[in-house]
Amino acid sequence: MSAILLLLIVSLSVAALFLGAFIWGVKHHQFDDGYSPPRRILFDDQPVEDLPDHPGNELKVPSLKINQN
Amino acid sequence: MKTITTTAIKITCDHCGDTCSSTPVTLGDKAFCCEGCRTVYQLLDRGGLCDYYRLNDKPGVPRTAPGHKDKFAFLADEKIAGRFIIFQDDRETHARFYLPQIHCSSCLFLLENLHRLHAGVITSRVDFAAKEVTIVFNHHAITMRQLAELLSSTGYEPYISLRDLGQAQPPTPRGNVYRLGIAGFCFANIMLMSFPEYLGLEGSEPYLRSWFRMLNLALALPVFFYSAQPFYRSAWKGLRSKFLNIDAPIALAIIVTFIRSIYEVLSGTGAGYFDSMTGIVFFMLAGRMLQDRTQRRLSFERDYTSYFPIAVSMLQEGKEIPRALPEIRCGDTLVIHHGELIPADGIITRGQALIDYSFVTGESLPVPKELGELVYAGGRQTGPALEMLVVKEVAQSYLTQLWNRHEEKKEEHSSIHLLSRWFTYIVLVIAACAAVYWWIFDPARIAAAVTAVLIVACPCALLLSSTFTNGNILRILGNNGLYLRNARVIENIAATTHIVFDKTGTLTMPGDDAVTYEGSPLTPAQQEAIAILAAQSTHPLSKALTRHLDKAEHIAIAGFRESPGKGVEGWIEGQKLTIGSRLFVTGLPSAGAETRVYVAWNSRLMGYFRFSNHYRDGIPGLVQTLGRCFRLSLLSGDNDRERGRLQAFMGRNACIFFNRTPAKKAAYICQLQQQGEKVMMIGDGLNDAGALRQSDTGIALAEDHHSFTPASHAILEASRLQRLPQFIRFCRMAGRIILASFILSIFYNVIGLSFAVRGHLSPLIAAILMPCSSLSILILTYSSVNWAAKYLGFNLSPPAEKDHTSR
Repeated sequence: MSAILLLLIVSLSVAALFLGAFIWGVKHHQFDDGYSPPRRILFDDQPVEDLPDHPGNELKVPSLKINQN
Repeated sequence: MKTITTTAIKITCDHCGDTCSSTPVTLGDKAFCCEGCRTVYQLLDRGGLCDYYRLNDKPGVPRTAPGHKDKFAFLADEKIAGRFIIFQDDRETHARFYLPQIHCSSCLFLLENLHRLHAGVITSRVDFAAKEVTIVFNHHAITMRQLAELLSSTGYEPYISLRDLGQAQPPTPRGNVYRLGIAGFCFANIMLMSFPEYLGLEGSEPYLRSWFRMLNLALALPVFFYSAQPFYRSAWKGLRSKFLNIDAPIALAIIVTFIRSIYEVLSGTGAGYFDSMTGIVFFMLAGRMLQDRTQRRLSFERDYTSYFPIAVSMLQEGKEIPRALPEIRCGDTLVIHHGELIPADGIITRGQALIDYSFVTGESLPVPKELGELVYAGGRQTGPALEMLVVKEVAQSYLTQLWNRHEEKKEEHSSIHLLSRWFTYIVLVIAACAAVYWWIFDPARIAAAVTAVLIVACPCALLLSSTFTNGNILRILGNNGLYLRNARVIENIAATTHIVFDKTGTLTMPGDDAVTYEGSPLTPAQQEAIAILAAQSTHPLSKALTRHLDKAEHIAIAGFRESPGKGVEGWIEGQKLTIGSRLFVTGLPSAGAETRVYVAWNSRLMGYFRFSNHYRDGIPGLVQTLGRCFRLSLLSGDNDRERGRLQAFMGRNACIFFNRTPAKKAAYICQLQQQGEKVMMIGDGLNDAGALRQSDTGIALAEDHHSFTPASHAILEASRLQRLPQFIRFCRMAGRIILASFILSIFYNVIGLSFAVRGHLSPLIAAILMPCSSLSILILTYSSVNWAAKYLGFNLSPPAEKDHTSR
């Protein structure tokens, strides 16, 4: 029967880990904005041809990146 | 008598969706309502950001007149700029701005792709719920002022007000979220570990049983000491002012349950009621969070600091420099440009003053002021730039005195508090009776019975019903354009007996007049000439005339002359055209109270345009519907030229008053309240702020609920004004729903108490009763509120937005 106790302790610990993750998430603003993340992932990146460092695009973009860090 | 009508096919702007005039601004095959929209389109097109238009239909923000070019000059000041910086090192700066125009995924797209518009912007991130954008930029490549101007040029102008100079806003308290999380965690685990006890682990494994009980106790500790704190604090506050508020019975139940359970577990006599206790805390916290969440979207704590700009141009040794508002002193000379707010009482030293005081006094026409005259803060200059000498500092001006006049009304006790107080007394009486009974018959059972009574008599059902119902109602009202400050307002709305309207901007559309012409017929060429001449002036009547005539051919004007507040004249193709007041055009004094703009062609009087207030659609119907159930009044700061019209559709019993100053408006409401009426006031401008605060329910009408509205109990979107009767009915239904759920909860309590007084309350019964009653009441209230909303025709979810059409 000591197996039950061991299981209990272990499962409580695992559950406590999840509680910790929840608290960490709230503290680090993960749950603040529920609107943007689902939409943000669906935005398209700039096509490679339009990037400022692609040859021939110096004139197209309003201003160039001066420092490439 | 000839009236001019214009018929036009409605073209809508491709950027913002507003209707364009008959000759829209075009670019290729796209049409725009104004140059501003076209400029934004060009900017996005060149930056390769036309996905902005693909993601949502016409997502642009309609632009009000663009500010003058030095609007953000104050951001060059380190101290002021520092308010917006959250991090800075020598390579980059992180700044955060509040952009109230954020409303859809296109806004999200554009703002997170700012780096495509300027190389100095490294990255940006939007917090949609808070409507803020955090921008990381290279401060050597772009200054903060240029960044603000870049944001403005896309249509998302940062909203910076004097309030941002004051105390930094405290971060939103997260304590309640943690408390809820911990309470939920412990509640679920305690319930799990209580099951063996319920289901038959009677005596077979004694050490297992004690292990389960000790674990339950351990899990209950954080809930008792941490999660339940809000209830203790609130009950204690109420007790200190000698008033039993609604949290007192809850706190009592929690404490009694805990003590009894600890006693039982430590002495081995029972299992304790930890599951009930943690359940109470969990459900109550959830109810509170639901109520609080709905209020986060809008701020109701606004005073004059939210209305005033952060800085003005000051004249120092002949040069204009920006100066933060709190640093303005008596004797400074300020420069007020067209469209800017006058921030302090002062005397005009140079320039032509034509000041729009509609926000302060309600007078819809601008007032011309001469050199040397005193002007009050709060007005907006509508002519060219003005210089003035400050006489009173910003905080001492007449306007802020008016707004800061606090009538501290005593904390009114809502009916829920009264009911809960009765509930507590009755429960205590029952407990006392049970104690007496058992003292006579079997003294050993006193403690058991009394504590059981206090445990089971769950006020949580009462509280749950009101918090969840109110939370749901606040949410639904918000989705339909009426934003309430807190749940108390629902009761006040339901109790209204008298409704007071403001006229300018509330019943009338601001800035939109109905125009009719009387006199000799005008040829199309003459109408065009009038339109072009009127377009040269910034006077609201001229602008309305231009909009009304809606012609756009550009013809040259010679000899243009404007007398501010009186009229304009000019030569078009050799013909002299004069438009303006009767005195200006004909030399005869103005007659009557109507607003008229006279027209003379080559010094010969042709006729006049009559301007009358354009009332919002549906106002006559609205007023008649309301007039059947409520007494109505109308207060206006304007003159009484509209009396006849208003009396006609407001009915004979309505009281209509004109020329009311803000102070007199508040006094009138006071008078009504002394007669026993519960007053609801609907206004739009700051001239109503005192009256709105004085009334039992003050509703501020807003064209756009992000723009400034005074401190009020509720904010109503102007387009939804016609739904006012339904809103009031909805709030009344709320009261009935709460009453019905009270009765249901009393029913549960009776059942529970019948077990408790016998001293036979097993934890199982308690554990079943509590969630059962809570859940059933939740279901009852939630579905009743939703049904009521549907019945009255409200939307249950926020207005839908189009999103992401697939390619």
